[in-house]
Amino acid sequence: MAAEGALAPQREAGREPGERNAIVVARGVTRTYASGTRALDPVSLTIREGEFLTLLGPSGCGKTTLLNLVAGLDAPTEGTIEWWGAPVPPATGDAHRIGCVFQSPTLMPWARVRANVRLPLDLAGAPRAQSDAAVDAALARVGLDGFAGAFPRELSGGMRMRASIARALVTGPSLVLLDEPFGALDEFSRHRMDDELAAWWRDASLTIAFVTHSIAEAVYLSTRIVVMAARPGRVIADVPVDAPWPRGNAFRASPAFAAQCVALSELVARASEGGHG
Amino acid sequence: MAERAPLPRGLRIAAPLLVAVLMVAGWHWFVKAYALPPWLVPSPRAVLATLVADRALLAASLWVTLSIALAAFALAVVAGVAIALAFAQSRWIEASFLPYAILLQVTPIVAIAPLIIIWVRDTRVALVLCAAVVALFPVISNTTIGLRSVDPGLADLFRLMHASRWQRLTRLQAPSALPYFFAGLRVASGLALIGAVVAEFVAGTGGQGAGLAYQILMAGIQLNVPRLFAALVLIAATGVALFLVVDLCAKALLARWHESELDPARR
Repeated sequence: MAAEGALAPQREAGREPGERNAIVVARGVTRTYASGTRALDPVSLTIREGEFLTLLGPSGCGKTTLLNLVAGLDAPTEGTIEWWGAPVPPATGDAHRIGCVFQSPTLMPWARVRANVRLPLDLAGAPRAQSDAAVDAALARVGLDGFAGAFPRELSGGMRMRASIARALVTGPSLVLLDEPFGALDEFSRHRMDDELAAWWRDASLTIAFVTHSIAEAVYLSTRIVVMAARPGRVIADVPVDAPWPRGNAFRASPAFAAQCVALSELVARASEGGHG
Repeated sequence: MAERAPLPRGLRIAAPLLVAVLMVAGWHWFVKAYALPPWLVPSPRAVLATLVADRALLAASLWVTLSIALAAFALAVVAGVAIALAFAQSRWIEASFLPYAILLQVTPIVAIAPLIIIWVRDTRVALVLCAAVVALFPVISNTTIGLRSVDPGLADLFRLMHASRWQRLTRLQAPSALPYFFAGLRVASGLALIGAVVAEFVAGTGGQGAGLAYQILMAGIQLNVPRLFAALVLIAATGVALFLVVDLCAKALLARWHESELDPARR
């Protein structure tokens, strides 16, 4: 079964050897809604430390559903999910080891950028002096140093997303989950955010699970791509991307990049034909 | 819908003033043109003269009515928010008690006021209760809607971060509810004043504790129409003033972030 391939160690494409420790393990998870809609057929997925994993697929393939299950926002109908070997939902402490970025920035409109980014620390009851330092560091990392006192509506869409990412990074998480974070941005901003995201991932030795429906974005960013198909939502392939870092426009223009994009697009097309047949 | 151009700040004050001047001028012209006697329609000048001449009496009455309206408004806000918080805690509480809140709203105050006045010995307290009943519902209904109008993404975030019920209420639900709460306050401020006047009409209290409603009643009986007009002007001015105070508070709290109160220049 294709989904089981996610657990096969030879598929692993981590940046460095020795980073094989599983952060998240999902075993045979499914999700069926109360209406009877099957959003996800059994999926098994392991997110290993240090990898940039992308869930790629067309709309309705259950990639957001799967990410929400991994985040603990939603409970699987069947199967189990573990974070660091413990079942989800986790104890309070572990919640801060995973950061989440949603499709929209979901900032509090009444709070300044500083207070928005500090929210996870405030909710955890961290002392103000300590959390202010962490907020400054997170804002500097996403390039929002000068905007701590601004309100979200005074920022552009890209800057709001940066604030949202700063909020996810402020607790110093090991794993960051991003659900189509740059989908609403124009292509120029998106390319820039992609490059910066890759830099943050490399600099901070983060582990990232990323959801997108853009094949080019997936190939450009990932160390491993889990390809999904719709109706019913399922995993159809688990593909490593072996290109070296840093990747820039040279990688985007390379034959290897194009070949991988074409291969992935054919994979998705075949799966959807099969699904209809 | 076509987008409406924002109005400059000066014009937003000047435009309603111009309307007032035009209305007073029209009123003046109407009285003069038809030579209406003051006991039918007094001229603006006659009303102004009465305001000045009866200022001691009218000021005392205004203070009585205003203090009842303010106390009722405060009571309605405190009780309304408390009830809305209870409603927001559980769908069960809301489903069980909302019909009775609506019942309170749709029962005319003139029908309940006599009962409240009979049951409550202190007339002032009775009047405050009556006016508070009138002003209560918009606070309950708007605040309840506001407490539920939480961005689902933010709600997810709070859940992911293990926010306590209290953190969720104070950091998420309360700020989300503020614009709705103020919309309710705007309506409630006017209703508190209406309630204070109507309840006094029903109670018919005179003497020391006489409010503007009593002055209107007496002026009507005595055909002292200029004084009746003067009392009406004071009630209207009080209502506008209350509304403006609530509006200022809303602006101060919401101006930087909520669409309803954004300065047009900053849009």
